[in-house]
Amino acid sequence: MELISKRFADTVVLFPQGRVDHATAEQFKAALAPHLAAGATGGGRLVIDMTGVEYISSVGLRVLMLASKQAKAQGCTLAVCGLQPVVREIFEISRFNLVLPVFPTLREALAALSTEALTAFGAA
Amino acid sequence: MLVRFWGTRGSIPVAMTSAEVKRKLVTALVAAAGRGLDTPGKARAFVEWELDFSVSHTFGGNSSCVQIDTGGPDYVLCDLGSGARVLGNNVLATGGPSGHRFHVFMSHLHWDHIMGFPFFMPAYLPGNHVRIYGCHDALEEAFRRQNAAPSFPVDFSRMGARIEFIRLEPERDYDIAGLRVRAKRQHHGGDSYGYRLEHDGKVVVYSTDSEHKQDDPEEVKAFVEFFREADLVIFDAQYSLADAVSVKEDWGHSSNVVGVEMCQLARAQRLCLYHHEPIFDDERIATLLAETRRLEEITRGDHRVEVQAAYDGLEITL
Repeated sequence: MELISKRFADTVVLFPQGRVDHATAEQFKAALAPHLAAGATGGGRLVIDMTGVEYISSVGLRVLMLASKQAKAQGCTLAVCGLQPVVREIFEISRFNLVLPVFPTLREALAALSTEALTAFGAA
Repeated sequence: MLVRFWGTRGSIPVAMTSAEVKRKLVTALVAAAGRGLDTPGKARAFVEWELDFSVSHTFGGNSSCVQIDTGGPDYVLCDLGSGARVLGNNVLATGGPSGHRFHVFMSHLHWDHIMGFPFFMPAYLPGNHVRIYGCHDALEEAFRRQNAAPSFPVDFSRMGARIEFIRLEPERDYDIAGLRVRAKRQHHGGDSYGYRLEHDGKVVVYSTDSEHKQDDPEEVKAFVEFFREADLVIFDAQYSLADAVSVKEDWGHSSNVVGVEMCQLARAQRLCLYHHEPIFDDERIATLLAETRRLEEITRGDHRVEVQAAYDGLEITL
């Protein structure tokens, strides 16, 4: 799975697509790894915009949990946003909405994480 | 085949508090206002058909014990948690004091799964026969140690029934009490074992105290095969998925989300949420059930899995 990424000031936004399930979770994990590693040195912020994700299974959610733990250990912030209705329900039923910062839109995520990133997003 | 649940609570038995009873009564009385429930029959019908389950019933508080009734002369059980006390008393009340034979498949030897045995009255009565099967080396030791000082006043040696311990090997088929039985090792502290029980074309999988490592494809595949096209999967859903993969990782339990996914992959007919979290009240378990049914619905492909939550007293006919 390739992750499109965009940088807004001190924040990197990733855009996964499709289904994150048993077939794709390892690819998702591998695609996240360099961004998490970069965050370790940059002390930055990472937002995963899930607008393009139609389904996420338990193994995909576990990848998010591991990424969040790694980010936290590195002093970074990781948030997700843009959940489609089905994915939002999966987050709520699995209680992932209680353990990860979840925002309705990318704009709201950036507003919560970084004024500079929000300004850069508005200017883009 | 009939499956009866005598104990469904995880980790430790619980009892409803007076505050919970009061809350149920208040809810029921408000719902009944103006309904003219002036006879026991009308009131009973109202309770049975119009109140939510979490108001009119309780999921119950006994720890693990499930009966598999094939219609044969012997009793077949999974685990001897505190629910076994109720079952034992029921057997004596309905079938007399002796002449009973029990076959018990033990998932593991943690306290909540064996604690019913010192109160399992048929074991004290001569003329009864209890055969306890399991895959752990310490199978017999765990039961003897529990029924001994300083843990219990009546020593194991004073149990009057004939009691046998039979070691099983996982991944091997056995024919016991009319059932084809196969055990599978599961992730849990000190290991636990699930059982796939088949009789007359029907399949029940008893899989409690089992943590599923979903990032291991081989393990997922093995459990999907173990659950394959089961008519009923009794599944440890004690934790939320978020807890199971974070603060409670390696605590040895699973979640409703993984239960749905595994049953979908295995094309099982029915998922029964089991080993309920002891801090959950009836309302919380009812919510968990509703959410799990919704999850099954929004993630369903071409196969529907019926979702239920176990409660003490539940009977499922297959």
